[in-house]
Amino acid sequence: MNHILEAEALTVNYGNANILEDLHLQVPEGKITVLVGANGCGKSTLLRTFARLIKPKDGHVLLDGEKIRELSTKSVAKRLAILPQGPIAPEGLTVLQLVKQGRYPHQSWVKQWSTEDEQIVNDALEATQMTPFANSPVNALSGGQRQRAWIAMTLAQKTDLILLDEPTTYLDMAHQVEILDLLFDLNSKENRTVVMVLHDLNLACRYAHHIVAVRDKKVYAQGKPEDIVTIDLVRDVFGMGCTIMNDPLFGTPLCVPHGKGIKCCLKA
Amino acid sequence: MQNLLTSTSMKRSVLIFSCVLLIVAFILSVALGQTSIPFQLVYDAFFNYDASNPEHVIIRTSRFTRAVVATVVGASLAIAGALMRALTRNPLAAPDILGVNAGALFFIVCAITFFSVDSLIHYMWVAFLGAGIAGALVFFLGLLGRDGLTPIKIVLAGAAISALFASFTQGLLVIDEQGIQSVLFWLAGSVSGRNLDMLLPVLPFIVLGGSIAFFMGRPINILQSGDDIAKGLGQRTILTKVVMGIIVILLAGGSVAVAGSIGFIGLIVPHMAMGLVGTDYRWIIPFSAVIGATLLLLADIAARFVIMPLEIPIGVMTAFIGAPFFIYIARRGLARNA
Amino acid sequence: MPNYITVRTKSDKVSFQLSKKVAMIIILLCILLCGMILLALSVGSDFISPVTVVKELFGYGTGEYLFTIQSLRLPRVLLATLVGIALAVSGLILQGIIRNPLAAPDIIGVTSGASVGALLFLSYATVSIHYLPLAAIIGAGVVSTIIYLLSWKKGVTPIRMVLIGIGISAFAKGIVTVLIVMGEEVRTSRAYIWLTGSLYGANMQDVYLLLPWVVLLSLLTFIIARVINVKELGDDIALGVGVKVQVFRLLFLLISVMLAGTAVAFVGGIAFVGLVAPHISRMLVGRSFAALIPISSMVGAIIVIFADIVGRTAFLPKDLPAGVFTAAIGAPFFIYLLFRTRNQ
Repeated sequence: MNHILEAEALTVNYGNANILEDLHLQVPEGKITVLVGANGCGKSTLLRTFARLIKPKDGHVLLDGEKIRELSTKSVAKRLAILPQGPIAPEGLTVLQLVKQGRYPHQSWVKQWSTEDEQIVNDALEATQMTPFANSPVNALSGGQRQRAWIAMTLAQKTDLILLDEPTTYLDMAHQVEILDLLFDLNSKENRTVVMVLHDLNLACRYAHHIVAVRDKKVYAQGKPEDIVTIDLVRDVFGMGCTIMNDPLFGTPLCVPHGKGIKCCLKA
Repeated sequence: MQNLLTSTSMKRSVLIFSCVLLIVAFILSVALGQTSIPFQLVYDAFFNYDASNPEHVIIRTSRFTRAVVATVVGASLAIAGALMRALTRNPLAAPDILGVNAGALFFIVCAITFFSVDSLIHYMWVAFLGAGIAGALVFFLGLLGRDGLTPIKIVLAGAAISALFASFTQGLLVIDEQGIQSVLFWLAGSVSGRNLDMLLPVLPFIVLGGSIAFFMGRPINILQSGDDIAKGLGQRTILTKVVMGIIVILLAGGSVAVAGSIGFIGLIVPHMAMGLVGTDYRWIIPFSAVIGATLLLLADIAARFVIMPLEIPIGVMTAFIGAPFFIYIARRGLARNA
Repeated sequence: MPNYITVRTKSDKVSFQLSKKVAMIIILLCILLCGMILLALSVGSDFISPVTVVKELFGYGTGEYLFTIQSLRLPRVLLATLVGIALAVSGLILQGIIRNPLAAPDIIGVTSGASVGALLFLSYATVSIHYLPLAAIIGAGVVSTIIYLLSWKKGVTPIRMVLIGIGISAFAKGIVTVLIVMGEEVRTSRAYIWLTGSLYGANMQDVYLLLPWVVLLSLLTFIIARVINVKELGDDIALGVGVKVQVFRLLFLLISVMLAGTAVAFVGGIAFVGLVAPHISRMLVGRSFAALIPISSMVGAIIVIFADIVGRTAFLPKDLPAGVFTAAIGAPFFIYLLFRTRNQ
């Protein structure tokens, strides 16, 4: 069963300034949604507010029609998982120990490690291909492997909604694709709703069913990549001129930025 | 942080004004105390000295010395604090927080207990040694773990090292009970009961350290932008940092040797100075020196009056003033920005 | 997973997991602890052979050494054990909440609060010395409350708590120094011994008073252990996984303060146990918090007993406070830590 996440008249502030103002957004079920926007536009803030990590000044986030801040945090955790940016694991923590933490919302004082828990953790490790690394310390892994370990933890939470804040920043290209492919599979095979913040517009277009461009404290535009990613959008949201063509492999919009380069600009 | 003084002329005039305040504080320090001495008498004591007049003698010997010690130590600790702050790029770094005082103290107590050292010159060297070792230990402890020298790690490392040396010191005092009374004033910090003979051996080192510090303003500014950028601009960063470290040891260690463990000056004063003049160390250092000296003088005066006729040791006084300020900084979250 | 023992009841009503390695280490430490206790009971100004000790304890002996063992050494050893457990668990909790390996009750102000309470008592109280622990606990409680309240700004973050703890600690130390300076010489030296931490004059009364606290609080910690595992990953992740971060932080803090406060109340400011014992345990078994509790406890107990043995016997006929030696053990350990991580 899928869960519905939406924001209603959301206003979030930091100190005296509003970062988001009167924002409305419904997250499409069972799809991959990517939040894009310029630095500091508030996309991370939006994601974190969705995950109830931040308390809005005004408005609410609704999970299945109920105000998320009125629900018990554990019940939210059974439906929604969040992977914040740049998580740090304590020294010496192994991958297995990390992934086991994901089962927290389903456990109780006496029921600490049921058969189901064990099965789910194993599945999570399998899905992220981290089984061979189960007993390695998280901090000893490469960037891509580390990120997969954290994703395995959120998988162990067994939620339908997975929110990720810049899961691919600081990863090299191969690892970025590796992570995004994994999330793509989770969505297509298990019908999980994925919401993430990505910096790379082109990757966003390639993997997203639904793109949400955040600008000026509100949702500037949302929709399918091929529908909304236009030259005008890129100029308004990122302040940059570009040429849009079709990605030669996937057919999704490919944004080529204007500016300078070694060879002369082939097109105006 | 917005600084109050923006133009160079404003800074210069405020600095001069602060010096005047310092002199006033100095005079007050000499005049006030258990026996209040009228200003006329203070003037006479210096310019029409009459050796048979007991009041003149008090002024010349104990009050004057006391004021001088407070000035010198206050300025030293403040400069040391400013340098530590610059060195670690961390608003919470100060010699006492970093265990420098505790280390110097422990070594002094060791020297008294085990080696029956009682010459001041030796105290001084011992204090320098202790200060250096403690500082180095904290530095290395703070480097443990993945994320390098974060503010919180330095503070905890400093607290741990301070606690370590304090335990040892306490232990020594328990073993050698007679030692307690004689070392009490070291522990608590005091600028009284000194005569100039005690200050003089240390003075050259402090003056040396302080003078070099005044010229370090510009290199420090460059260092603030980051090691890589400084190197890119041609600065010999390692040399600069080593010099800064040595100055801190000279100033902080020397201060402990003369006046015992006095805390918080090195923490608060640079903060105040920065609030006035911003992040330019060419101004921060002189301002810190003047403000530090003034603050310690005023603290000393207060320490004399609060529980008359007894005196609160000045190290305690600075803790009483400094701790709330420190807490205020922590609450404001200023501590989180390097 | 081959190296785990999993315990489950039918239909998974109750289930938990235990690593074989951890089980082994617990057993080894138990043996070591018993050995240490036996040693403590044997040595002293008169050496009593361990065999005789066991005989006396169980009533088969000649009664010659009964007094020494039962009234002098046994309470001391038992108190040392309890104190070691309390301080170790307290330090373990703090390191988990504050997410920093250098956090310890003596460093962030709990001990300084107890010191103020104790010193005020020593300087001004006219009632029997038996109320000293109470004064210390009140001191620890008051100071910890102040620290917590001052750290509250829409919630408490570890960083703020540490900083404010250090500030308050400095303030409290100032008060302590004033009291010492103003005090008479006799009281001063007594104060110093208290500050350093000593097991001298321990009696069974103290043990009985401390025992329920330590047992209850440690048990409580064990039950809610898995929350700390998650909290160590960061507030955001903890919230994301459904942990009521602020509530548990307060609860853990309370437990930590009570453990440290009661321990210090009876024994004085013994330092470093709360810092060192958790580290040693982590080196043995890694990071699972539930396992660390029993292991740290035993390591802590062993350290305190050992420090007390040294204090009692190394400088005969003087009886030196155990606190000196807990610091002496702490120092080389620190240095060892330094070298270990320099190569990383």
